[in-house]
Amino acid sequence: MNAELPVLKAKDFESDQDVRWCPGCGDYSILAQMKKVLAEIGARQESTVFISGIGCSSRFPYYMNTYGMHSIHGRAPAFATGLKTTRPDLDVWVITGDGDALSIGGNHLMHVIRRNLDINIVLFNNSIYGLTKGQYSPTSKVGAVTKSTPRGSIDHPLNPLQVALAAEGTFVARSVDSSIKHLMATLKRASQHRGTSFVEVYQNCNVFNDGAWDYAKAKATKDQTTVVLEHGKPLVFDGGTKGIRLNGFMPEVVEIGGDVSESDLLVHDEKATEPHLANILSRMRHPQFPEPIGVFRAIERTTYNDGVNEQVADARGEQGEGDLAKMYTSGDTWTVA
Amino acid sequence: MTTSTEQFPPTSKPSESVSGVTVRLAGDSGDGMQLLGTQLTNTSALSGNDVATFPDFPAEIRAPRGTRAGVSGFQVQFSSDEIFTPGDGLDALVCMNPAALVTNIGDLKKSGILIVNSDSFESKDLKLAKLENSPLEDGTTDPYRTIHVPMTKLTRGAVESTGLSTKFADRCKNFFAMGLVFWLYGRDVEPTLRFINAKFGNKPEVAEANRLALKAGWNYGETTEDFASTYQVSAAELPAGVYRNVMGNQALSWGLISAAKLSGKELFLGSYPITPASDILHELSKHKNFGVRTFQAEDEIAAVCSAVGAAFGGSMAVTTSSGPGIALKGEGLGLGLMLELPMIVIDVQRGGPSTGLPTKTEQSDLLMAMYGRNGESPLPVVAAQSPADCFRTAIEAWQVATKFMVPVVILSDGYIANGAEPWRIPDVGTLPKIEVSHPAGREPDGTQFLPYERNEDLARPWAIPGTEGLMHRVGGLEKEDGTGNVSYDPDNHQHMVETRAKKIANAASFIDPLEVDGPESGTLVVSWGGTYGACRTAVKTLQEKGQNVAHAHMRWIHPFPANTEEVFRRYDKIVVPELNSGQLRLMIRNEFLIDAVGINKIKGKPFSVSELVDEIESA
Ligand code: SF4
Repeated sequence: MNAELPVLKAKDFESDQDVRWCPGCGDYSILAQMKKVLAEIGARQESTVFISGIGCSSRFPYYMNTYGMHSIHGRAPAFATGLKTTRPDLDVWVITGDGDALSIGGNHLMHVIRRNLDINIVLFNNSIYGLTKGQYSPTSKVGAVTKSTPRGSIDHPLNPLQVALAAEGTFVARSVDSSIKHLMATLKRASQHRGTSFVEVYQNCNVFNDGAWDYAKAKATKDQTTVVLEHGKPLVFDGGTKGIRLNGFMPEVVEIGGDVSESDLLVHDEKATEPHLANILSRMRHPQFPEPIGVFRAIERTTYNDGVNEQVADARGEQGEGDLAKMYTSGDTWTVA
Repeated sequence: MTTSTEQFPPTSKPSESVSGVTVRLAGDSGDGMQLLGTQLTNTSALSGNDVATFPDFPAEIRAPRGTRAGVSGFQVQFSSDEIFTPGDGLDALVCMNPAALVTNIGDLKKSGILIVNSDSFESKDLKLAKLENSPLEDGTTDPYRTIHVPMTKLTRGAVESTGLSTKFADRCKNFFAMGLVFWLYGRDVEPTLRFINAKFGNKPEVAEANRLALKAGWNYGETTEDFASTYQVSAAELPAGVYRNVMGNQALSWGLISAAKLSGKELFLGSYPITPASDILHELSKHKNFGVRTFQAEDEIAAVCSAVGAAFGGSMAVTTSSGPGIALKGEGLGLGLMLELPMIVIDVQRGGPSTGLPTKTEQSDLLMAMYGRNGESPLPVVAAQSPADCFRTAIEAWQVATKFMVPVVILSDGYIANGAEPWRIPDVGTLPKIEVSHPAGREPDGTQFLPYERNEDLARPWAIPGTEGLMHRVGGLEKEDGTGNVSYDPDNHQHMVETRAKKIANAASFIDPLEVDGPESGTLVVSWGGTYGACRTAVKTLQEKGQNVAHAHMRWIHPFPANTEEVFRRYDKIVVPELNSGQLRLMIRNEFLIDAVGINKIKGKPFSVSELVDEIESA
């Protein structure tokens, strides 16, 4: 093989399979940005693995010219755990949706994040079950009228970022399918983080829940309805006219100018050891607040795969490479002549 | 420390030679009966006896003290003959309290030795055992050689010099009982003294108290007039070699580690704690220097899925559980067989259904192992027959898994898992080398890599991530043969379902043929799993009585050994004893249209030899 690796382009990450999402689905954009990001970061096809569960988003691995596993509903983090623990050399991505990750797979999501396995999780949040044709999901709003909730949903929704933070996530971020640059930058950051990167992407399901994220997507409004997080910078939005200030523990929207200057605003700190700020930000919801997009939290903690493999290395160092005969004869033995 | 011989002088009483002895130690779950039993087993094995054990304990960690529910027992047979079961009727029974006595005395042979702690038959003890009258006084113990030993008082006296509180002094009672039993059977105390040193080394007063209690028990035997003689069981004539004692879960773990080494793989275990399988997780996690990685998952589903993930990456992947956990793993196993990846699934069976009888044994997961997944989803199934056999079973399972690229189910059970027997330690050089290969990387040449292209065994290549040019996607949707692409084609689906089944049927050519022990005609007793020892001993007994009965034991159940039908057809009658309501029998009837007769026991207990002898005779 050549010592020099060829430079791969986005196209090189495209498999020969026809993409089967509905025309206009937000998944297309995420797929396109992912390929670009992989090319940009110099990922190798053979050392990249996409693992998904079940749902529209989970078809993703079939479309990537990498290794891939389209697994079973909700369990992608568990497959990833077995793979990454034994093959830390691989770059493992988990592609999941709001139903897959938060409903049937809620348990695995929580545990993979707290273990800080070094993988990247991208949760396509469309607030609906697309593949099973339109039932409400764990992120659907109270009152959502869907096929299974003709009188409106009575389930209080889960906030994906809050779940990730409660599970002690070390990298927690949010982006939007159509915000191409922002999405690329966020995926790139996720790929560079050591530990579990959790990225929620607002994704439009134009068939069963069209327009759910319009406020955050529409050119005309997104400046007022979202606030872009940048580490060390004050939270400013709406063309620099408004900002977020902390009043005790509560955030508030303030107009900049008059008695309020940028120095009064909340300054983003993604590296804060405690997740309090990230919690406050993740609870800011439309329409009361602009919804933050970007990296909420990015801290360092030992990864699960490193921990496991260090113990193996230590055991080998202390006891020497395992010897079967020695193991068999450990403890009391006797000889029959 | 004085030497053991000074402290434990050989008996001056006459000694009677017997071929074998079955002893059961029964007490409260906090009384340390399992420890006592393990020590008796080890020292007997070390003296060259063949041994077989049956620990029997409640599911509760601390069941209410003194109650019948809290009784914990440990049975061991040690013999100068080769034995296959922990014995039927008891020659001796040690009872630490009334609850232990009433729940166990039915198994003691008439005129067998009954040793009781007479200090624990006060009215409060009787009440806890729900007894009106003391069984020591109401005639219950009349048919036996009952020996009343005030163990509590004697133990307290013996350990007084250590200054331990009464509470701690009373914890040494089991060592007193041990001293007495060791004296009675002329057992060597040396291994137990070593054990005490190792276990209580950092608590010298406790170590000393246990030694004193052990010695007091020994001396009691020597001085009491209740025992006129001791018993001697000489060494068994086992094949030459170096031996050790193994328990089933330990042998399974070592078999797995060995299989990994023999195939040049590193072992990954995804597991969730469950009785009686957890000891495999514990044992494997001790051997990280073999490259073993154990993952205690958040649930059974994550456990199996993590194993599939590790298999995809090229490791030797294992998941272990018991019935309730295997039920949860069904979907993940289905994916494993769809992905056609090698891995091992271990079901250490216990009483079911639902939570059932966690600490009791049963063979009722066979049909689940065979058919308990959605769709047409056959898997190879092999069942271990004894604690030591677990070792070989693990290696064979991995051979089949890798040769045919399929998850293999190993069935064990609570009886095998916790039972112990001598194991002849194999010479590592004689163990089979397991050839496993992964296709090599390649540069793009315009041709497509075919992840589902099959070899002569119908196995697909085990191409692993990280290999250049072999990128491919696997998943649970039906695959097109060859390309592995998603396919809804009707003919392809039928072809794939048949191919996956055929692949497993092909494994029949790899596994050992069915062997028969006994005549070529008459009645054939067919056993599987942990009932091997009882069935073998029962058939031997019948053969000695001159009856035309043979025995065949099935280790592989799916596929059946290639000669199974041919063997079965030679006999007028097929009798299938099982600890379930007839699961293997159902398979035999289905497969061969043979009207097999069942002997079925579903009590959470293994077969006794005598009940099998009776039932086979009347079957
Ligand atoms: S159903 Fe919705 S989420 Fe699914 S592919 Fe169609 S548009 Fe996309």
